[in-house]
Amino acid sequence: MSEASTRHTRVEGSGVVQVTGELIATRRAGAYHHLTFVAPGLAELARPGQFVALAVGGDTSANLLRRCFSIHKVSPSGTYGGTVDVVISAVGAGTEWLSTLRAHDEVDIVGPLGRPFPLPSEPVACVLVGGGYGSAPLFWLAGALRERGCHVEMVLGAATESKLFGVVEARRFADGVTVTTDDGSAGNKGWVSDVLPMVIRRTGAAVVYGCGPMGMLRSITDIATAEGAVAQVAVEESMACGVGVCMTCVMPVAGKDGTTRMVRSCVEGPVFRGDRVRWDAFSDGLCRVPADAVGAPRVGGH
Amino acid sequence: MPVDMSVPLGAATLPSPMMTASGCAANGRELARFFDIRELGAFVTKSVMADPRSGRGTPRMAETPSGMLNSIGLQGPGISAFVDQDLAWLKQAGARTLVSIAGNTSGEFADVAATLRASDAFDAVVGVEVNISCPNVANRGLVFACDPMASAKVVALVREQLPRDVPIFAKLTPDVTDIVSVAQACVKAGADGLTMINTLLGMVIDTDRLRPQVAGVTGGLSGPAVRPVAVRAIWQTRAAMLEGRLPTVPIIGVGGVRTGRDALELVAAGASAVQVGTATFNDPSAPVRVGRELAGLLEDKGFERFTDAVGVAHGRVARA
Repeated sequence: MSEASTRHTRVEGSGVVQVTGELIATRRAGAYHHLTFVAPGLAELARPGQFVALAVGGDTSANLLRRCFSIHKVSPSGTYGGTVDVVISAVGAGTEWLSTLRAHDEVDIVGPLGRPFPLPSEPVACVLVGGGYGSAPLFWLAGALRERGCHVEMVLGAATESKLFGVVEARRFADGVTVTTDDGSAGNKGWVSDVLPMVIRRTGAAVVYGCGPMGMLRSITDIATAEGAVAQVAVEESMACGVGVCMTCVMPVAGKDGTTRMVRSCVEGPVFRGDRVRWDAFSDGLCRVPADAVGAPRVGGH
Repeated sequence: MPVDMSVPLGAATLPSPMMTASGCAANGRELARFFDIRELGAFVTKSVMADPRSGRGTPRMAETPSGMLNSIGLQGPGISAFVDQDLAWLKQAGARTLVSIAGNTSGEFADVAATLRASDAFDAVVGVEVNISCPNVANRGLVFACDPMASAKVVALVREQLPRDVPIFAKLTPDVTDIVSVAQACVKAGADGLTMINTLLGMVIDTDRLRPQVAGVTGGLSGPAVRPVAVRAIWQTRAAMLEGRLPTVPIIGVGGVRTGRDALELVAAGASAVQVGTATFNDPSAPVRVGRELAGLLEDKGFERFTDAVGVAHGRVARA
C-alpha cells in the first residue's frame, strides 16, 4: 500500500488541503504540458493567483522538494469531482517526471497556497500580462474581472511562438489580446514592455496584472507606475515547501509602513503590489538583502 | 495492544517522542493548517537570536540527491518579538514547545535565554535546544560545537539562566572528528540532553553559471541522504554512555527521517525522541505521520513501550 494513496489532510477552516490527486488528462500545449488532476476539496477554496505544491517522483523519490505551480483553473464539480489544472515546463528532474505521467497516475497535491490577485472594487479597465507559461493563471483571473464588469485586455509574450501559452483561450477570455515574440514568429516582434504603454493608454487601465519572469515583472511595474496604474505581480521564486516553513523563497518587499522586510513569497505572496517589491536588490540571478531591510547583515555579514 | 509512546524528557513526560526539527517547521501557525500540533511530543521552533535578522540573500537552497542544501542565515524576528507573538501563539494553541536559541557569542545565548525565561508564555516551554551548530553563520566551519570548550561555555551560561526543571539540549554537528568529546563537554557543563545531528556543511555548484548555487556559497546538507550520519553519531554517543564515558542523558535524534522505519533506526541506535526536518518540506504532515508509522512498527515488533526500544540495537551487535 502506498502512503500517498491514503493521504488526505484537511484541518477545518485552514483554507488548504493535502490530497492525492489523480491525473485525468495530460496534453502538450506548445512547449508546455497542461495537466488536470482530480483534487477533492481544493477547487472550492482556490482563487486566481494562488498556487499548488506538487510532490514529485512518488513516495521514495530522491527529489524531496515540492514543485509549485500557479493554478491555471479549477472546476469545483464535474464528472470526476473537483479538478485543478496546472501548466508545466519540463526543464528539470521534477517537471520532467510530471510531464511523463499518464492518466490515473497519482500526485500528492497541497493547495491552494498563497494570496490571490486582489480584485478591484470598481469595474475599471485592467491589463493582464503573461510571459511564457506565466500566463497560466490569467485566464481565470480575466473571467473573474469580467464578471465584475471590468474591461479586460491581455498581453502575452514569449521568446518564440511555441513558448506562448493560451493565445486562443485569451481571445475567449479577454476583450482584446496583443501578442509579442522576441523573434517575431507570432504577433509583434519584441517584448511585452514594447506594447504595454500603448495598451494601458488606449484602455485607460487602472490595474496591470502580471505573471512571468522577474525581469518582466519589474518592467511591468515600471511601466504601470509611469502610466498611473497599479501593478499586481505574481512572482516565481524557487520554493522548497510552498507552505511557509522552509524560508527559501524570501524576497525584499516594503510594507505599508515603508519598511523593507525579507518576506516569504509563498505565504505573503506570490502576488505583490509591484511598487512594493525591491527590484533594486535583484541582479544576475541573485537577490541581495537591501542594507535598509529589517535585520540586514552588518559589516562582515551574517 | 497500542504501544505506550510516552517518554520522559526532563521534568515533563511527553505523550509522544515525535517533534518537528528546528528551522523546518517555522513557529507553529503554518503546520497547524495540516495537523494538530498538540499531537507532537514537542514543537521545536526555529532558532531565535537576540535581534531581528533578515537572513541571507537568495538563492538560499539547492536540491541534492535525497536531500537539500540550505543557506538561510538564521532569519528570525529576535527573541522579544518571538516570545510576544510566536511563543504566545504556541501557548494558546496548547503546544508543548522546545525553543531553539542561537547566538553569535556565548553571552548572546545567555541573553536570549534570560528573555525567554522572563516571558509570560514561558510555561509553554518544555525545554530549550541550544543551537551551537548552525553552519550558516559568518564563521562557517568554526561553529561552537566544533570545539568542546566553546560548547561548554555556551551551555553553562544558558544553564545559569534557566530553572533546573527546564531541560536544555545541546544541538551538535557531525562535522567533528570526535562527537563524543563534544557531547561530554556539553553534559559536564550542564546539558540535560543532546540533539544530534545538525546539517553537514556542504556546497553545490550551479553548472550553468559555473558559480556556487546558493548565495551564501556553502550551506547545510540535510534530508535522507544524511540519515546514516545521524544514526552513526547517535550510536557512538549512546555507546559511550553505556561504557560509562559520559552520564546517560536523553538523545533527541534528528537527521533524514522520512518514515516510521527511518525513525526506528535512530531510536534503536539510542534516540529517546525523534525530530522530522527536511521531510516536512516534502510532506507537511510528516512529523505526525512518522509518529503513527513508528507506533505501528513497534506494535508489530511486540514492544509494549516506546522506551523499551531506545538503544535496543546496542545489545544486538553481531560478533564475528
